[in-house]
Amino acid sequence: MTNILEVHHIVKQYAEHRALDDVSLSVPQGSIFGLLGPNGAGKTSLIRIINQITAPDAGEVILGGEHLKPDHIRRIGYLPEERGLYKKMKVGEQLLYLAQLKGLTEKQAMDKLKTWFIKFDIKTWWNKHIEDLSKGMQQKVQFVATVMHEPDLIILDEPFSGFDPINANLIKDEILELRDKGKTIIFSTHRMESVEELCDYIALLNRSHKVLDGAKRAIKEQFKTHTYHIDYQGEIGTLPDAFTILDTTQQDDGFIRSNIRIPTDASVNELIRYLIDRITIRSFGENIPSMNDIFIQTVGENNE
Amino acid sequence: MHTIFLIIKREYLVRVRKKSFVIMTILGPLLIFGFYAIIGWAAVSSINQKKVAVVDESGHFVDQFKSDNETVFSYPKESLSEAKKKFIKQGYDALVFVPKDVIDKPKTVQIFAEKGVSMALQNNIERAISKEIETIKLQQAGITQKIIEDAKVNVDAQTISLGDEGEKSSNSIAMTIIGYFCAFMIYISVFIYGTQVMRGVMEEKNNRIVEVIISSVKPFQLMLGKIMGVALVGLTQFMLWILLTIGLFTVGGTLVGDKVQRGREAMQTSGTMAQPGQRIDTGKAKDGVVASVIKAVDTLNIPLIVACFLFYFLGGYLLYSALFGAIGAAVDNETETQQFMFPITLPIIGAIAVAQFVIREPDGALGFWTSIFPFTSPVVMMVRVPFGVPAWQLALSMVLLILGFIGTTWVAARIYRVGILMYGKKVSYRELSKWVFYKG
Repeated sequence: MTNILEVHHIVKQYAEHRALDDVSLSVPQGSIFGLLGPNGAGKTSLIRIINQITAPDAGEVILGGEHLKPDHIRRIGYLPEERGLYKKMKVGEQLLYLAQLKGLTEKQAMDKLKTWFIKFDIKTWWNKHIEDLSKGMQQKVQFVATVMHEPDLIILDEPFSGFDPINANLIKDEILELRDKGKTIIFSTHRMESVEELCDYIALLNRSHKVLDGAKRAIKEQFKTHTYHIDYQGEIGTLPDAFTILDTTQQDDGFIRSNIRIPTDASVNELIRYLIDRITIRSFGENIPSMNDIFIQTVGENNE
Repeated sequence: MHTIFLIIKREYLVRVRKKSFVIMTILGPLLIFGFYAIIGWAAVSSINQKKVAVVDESGHFVDQFKSDNETVFSYPKESLSEAKKKFIKQGYDALVFVPKDVIDKPKTVQIFAEKGVSMALQNNIERAISKEIETIKLQQAGITQKIIEDAKVNVDAQTISLGDEGEKSSNSIAMTIIGYFCAFMIYISVFIYGTQVMRGVMEEKNNRIVEVIISSVKPFQLMLGKIMGVALVGLTQFMLWILLTIGLFTVGGTLVGDKVQRGREAMQTSGTMAQPGQRIDTGKAKDGVVASVIKAVDTLNIPLIVACFLFYFLGGYLLYSALFGAIGAAVDNETETQQFMFPITLPIIGAIAVAQFVIREPDGALGFWTSIFPFTSPVVMMVRVPFGVPAWQLALSMVLLILGFIGTTWVAARIYRVGILMYGKKVSYRELSKWVFYKG
């Protein structure tokens, strides 16, 4: 698998503050890549460097196998966190302008826009002023502006802020569709449920450093605690030595939940075999860490 | 390069399509025309004919004074006392009495009037009489008509030199007016269009569109595109003002032209009347300060003045608007602009103040230094240009202005690219100076 984007040892220094310190990461082609981190971790600084809005003090960025050059902005679609449109301009006019700034001719832009306007069912908006649209509608226009020039790499900074659940879903579907077409999406957010849902790869930044990165599945594997939860009625009693009951809580519905740790060399079946004669089991499952847990755990440890 | 044209196009079209632009463009010439129309009308209406009776006992002056739009002369054949009696009844404004022995005692000429007569009328009458007496005395002394004709040629030559002196003084009035007008226009437009640049930058920053745009174009291109777009708006407005004003004066001129024409003729004939018998030469007639100023304008180097005006307008605008743009980028709202606006606009405010001294002494040391210094030269040099400026000074001033705006644009661009991405932070001068030296 090729990497559409590689970032090598980036350093960015602002006066007294070092925003990025030796950050490296690779974004595989055709993936959805989550760029995570608490506020002020350096996500936006990194995104701005990739977009050539600012230049790094050290390190290099490789896009599609080439060193970053001015032409590359046409291959990137960027939806900044701080975003907006010219309020007094008409929707159509504005999108044509933004598309031309990305290097499309007026005719190309027109053709592309037509498809998007039909797809989003916003044909009647063409001659409306931006200020007459609702915030959600403006966000849709903004999304079209980001992707209309068919970039290979799409960078979305907090894309779902300001969207109602219906529109958020629409955008989510668009993101998945773009990925299926072979586009790469870098996706920076605080909302871990959307990371859970969409991302194939993640990188976690904290305090200007990269603290974690890789395929989401591998990271989850790495953070597995080897604990299982079980909902049951009855009395477990004492477990064989290998297993440990971590905690037991009484549920509202009369069932009891216990979390049990299984050592790596022991088998889950052994535990079930032991339990099956003693209690009535309603459900049994492995505790897989959520992205939220991983985020909090990693950032928390890092800050201690 | 293509993108910068797109930006210029957008900035230009957005502003030109605004209602306020259309209104200002139409209102400007209307105000100017209205102003002139009122002055013109007042001037023309004030010309009402005066009736002057000439009682000539000597018989030398009958029909020597020619009637015109301003004054109607009549020559009643009656004695002074009779004429005096009829004075009010006949509606005379003035009564001129020429005694029999006027040739020997010229000071016996009397002018009677109810409210006193205007200086111009009195001068005209006195000159006409003295001229006639002169002619008569010359003839009595045996000088023939031919010699007088020859002498008249000499008189003509003298009039030319006199006329030149008159032109000189009215020329300097014209230079003062034109110089100060140009300087003031530059001063005003630097403010008007500079503020437009600042507002535009702030709008982009507050709308949060700026980061979207600068992911496609360089911040410098965005800033430059905006500055050039607004410059074109300014030039368009000037052009339209000039065209509309000319149009209005042409149309308006034909409507009131008749009256204006009569007024002008009145001025000319009254001027010529001073030398009765002389060939009418409107070119050298001293037909009032206004007319000679208008005439003096023709003698100025208009193409040079227009070229300088355009150069200094653009240069001054570019120099200041870059700084205005930087202010717009550095702040979050209009109220914060105040603390930065003042020090930046101080030099040009100073320039318009200095201009009033320079206009009295265009070649003085103050005029020289302030017309070389790029922050004041657009205003001060325009004051000096109509009076004539040595070519090397003009060249030096222009080169420095170009270097000046390259310099301010460089500084402004560095503040701009940091400022536009900085939200919710109150900036200080210290902070700004740091931005200038940020890398990349």
